[in-house]
Amino acid sequence: MMLTFLLRRLAIGLFTIWGVLTAVFLIVRIAPGDQATVALGPDATPEQIAELRHTLGLDQPVLVQYLNFLGDAVRGDFGQSYRYGRPAMEAVLERFPATVTLTLAATVIAIVVGIVLGVVAGHRPGSLVDRTTSAATLGLQALPPFWVGIMLILVLALWLRLLPSAGGGDLEHLILPAVTLSIPFTALVGRITRSGVAETMSEAFVRTARSKGLTEREVLTGHVLKNSLVPVVTVVGLQVGTLLGGAVVIETVFAWPGLGNLLVGAVGNRDYAVVQAATVLIAVCVIGLNLAADLAYARLDPRIRLEARR
Amino acid sequence: MADHSVAVAPANQRTTPMLEVTDLEVVLPAGAVVDRVSFTVPAGRTTGLIGESGSGKTMTAMAVVGLLPDTASASGEVRWKAQDLLVAPERRRRQVRGREIGVVFQDPSAALNPIQTVGRQVGEILRRDGLPRTQVRARVLELLARVGLPEPERQADSYPHEMSGGMRQRVMIAIALAGQPELVIADEPTTALDVTTQARILALLADLREREGLAMILVSHDLRVMAHVADEVVVMYAGRVAEQGPARAVLDRPYHPYTRALAANVPAVTSRTAIAEPLPGAPASPFDRPSGCPFHPRCPMARDRCVTEVPALREITEAGAGPGRFSACHFAEEVS
Repeated sequence: MMLTFLLRRLAIGLFTIWGVLTAVFLIVRIAPGDQATVALGPDATPEQIAELRHTLGLDQPVLVQYLNFLGDAVRGDFGQSYRYGRPAMEAVLERFPATVTLTLAATVIAIVVGIVLGVVAGHRPGSLVDRTTSAATLGLQALPPFWVGIMLILVLALWLRLLPSAGGGDLEHLILPAVTLSIPFTALVGRITRSGVAETMSEAFVRTARSKGLTEREVLTGHVLKNSLVPVVTVVGLQVGTLLGGAVVIETVFAWPGLGNLLVGAVGNRDYAVVQAATVLIAVCVIGLNLAADLAYARLDPRIRLEARR
Repeated sequence: MADHSVAVAPANQRTTPMLEVTDLEVVLPAGAVVDRVSFTVPAGRTTGLIGESGSGKTMTAMAVVGLLPDTASASGEVRWKAQDLLVAPERRRRQVRGREIGVVFQDPSAALNPIQTVGRQVGEILRRDGLPRTQVRARVLELLARVGLPEPERQADSYPHEMSGGMRQRVMIAIALAGQPELVIADEPTTALDVTTQARILALLADLREREGLAMILVSHDLRVMAHVADEVVVMYAGRVAEQGPARAVLDRPYHPYTRALAANVPAVTSRTAIAEPLPGAPASPFDRPSGCPFHPRCPMARDRCVTEVPALREITEAGAGPGRFSACHFAEEVS
């Protein structure tokens, strides 16, 4: 049944989250600079440091620390942010919507533009249109996003003065970072769609569709596209997670007030609580998105539904 | 029987053929795969295209309905209801597809869309032509019942992978019939099926022909299938017509050694081996046709003339041949 499939995936997801929590815990312990030392700065006396270590529980055995950390994490408590002087998760969640907006905008652009490009190219494999599009998407995928971002700022914001270069909040500010973030993703979606469409075009049922007197457009939208989308959905599910990571860089370039911006600052400040909270939140999102992708393609292809039932 | 030969005679002036294919040529980048093929399909009649793989029979049939691969180009004339489809505008050609000429494809497991329900695929052409939803459903159930699918209500909501091969082929036939065509092209409709199912599908096709007066182009490599359904046959070899004429007469008394070899290889109806023994030697490739008569390397009757001179398709007029017999053999009269 679909339910067992869902439960199994859910269990795998929870296991992965536990893994992420463990990794985050260990990395912070391994990283140079004790949290207490960093928090109090170079002028702190050894007594002050020892006191803070005690408050933070850093003087306890690692295993106890680990169990406490897990227990707190389950309740969403990642400790206090030194820099912001309030719960780390609160600071992270405050920035989260801006990142979600940016990521969603980039995803929508990538899906729409990528699928259109892929269908146009894959419709006639080997044609001039196909070769041009494929070369272009390969090139776009290879460009480093931060460089593209800086170029876009130079041309559109500084020279042409069409769009603002930095800041956040409204649609105007969203366009440049969203486009920048979407470029490699658009190229990827385009390439996956293209190969799916090209493969589907050679299937016998496409000829059946033509034998019904459908126009080429109806054949593409009614028969080819949905059959080519399973790999696209998988890639989108996986990539949206990666996009959250990519957003870190892009947010810095465009001073977009999101999670990435916060995370980069927190790493610089050794604000470990914020780093942990942000990392775990991103991980949970990625896992959730992958689960959603699994469910989506079971919906797309009845044969997968059948396998899931077994 | 008597009725048979009279109605089939091309000299018959009562009926102008519904479909008239003249000097059809199909060229792929590697060469011509169909070379000057002509035949007709009168209303309500079945014309069979027969030959081994690579003989160009499927390409011929696909050229009629404009479903050749992108890389192929067709020339000659495909006259359908007084219009040459090869030069007709794409709009008109699309209108013909499905609504005037339906197609049953070879392998139903590949020819059906795996992710759409059977009902949706059968009803697609009706929905597209603007029939309201409830009427589409009713028509789909009617079509599924007509092709002999049990429990049409349930089958309409199944997916192709939930069905057997024979059921899928029935669905394929229902799709071909959905647009109420006057001509159905059946491309090896039974090849992918097991023997018992083959017989049932053939009976269904024969039944549609008898009861509903459907005209058909039947493409097959299987002589028994032809004997069962076709009124007239075109025997193809390496993209050319080897022999052509009324089905029964051609199969009973061939005027081409290739037809004779095909007929001799047909197992008896009572035989337990379903598959005909392949003819000795490999079929000639249309891309690398032997000189003279393309069949000469495999022909037991071949002489010097067969190697040098391409035989023309000519009418056989000898006594006892019957009307409408054509053969492309220099020594046709010596075959039987």
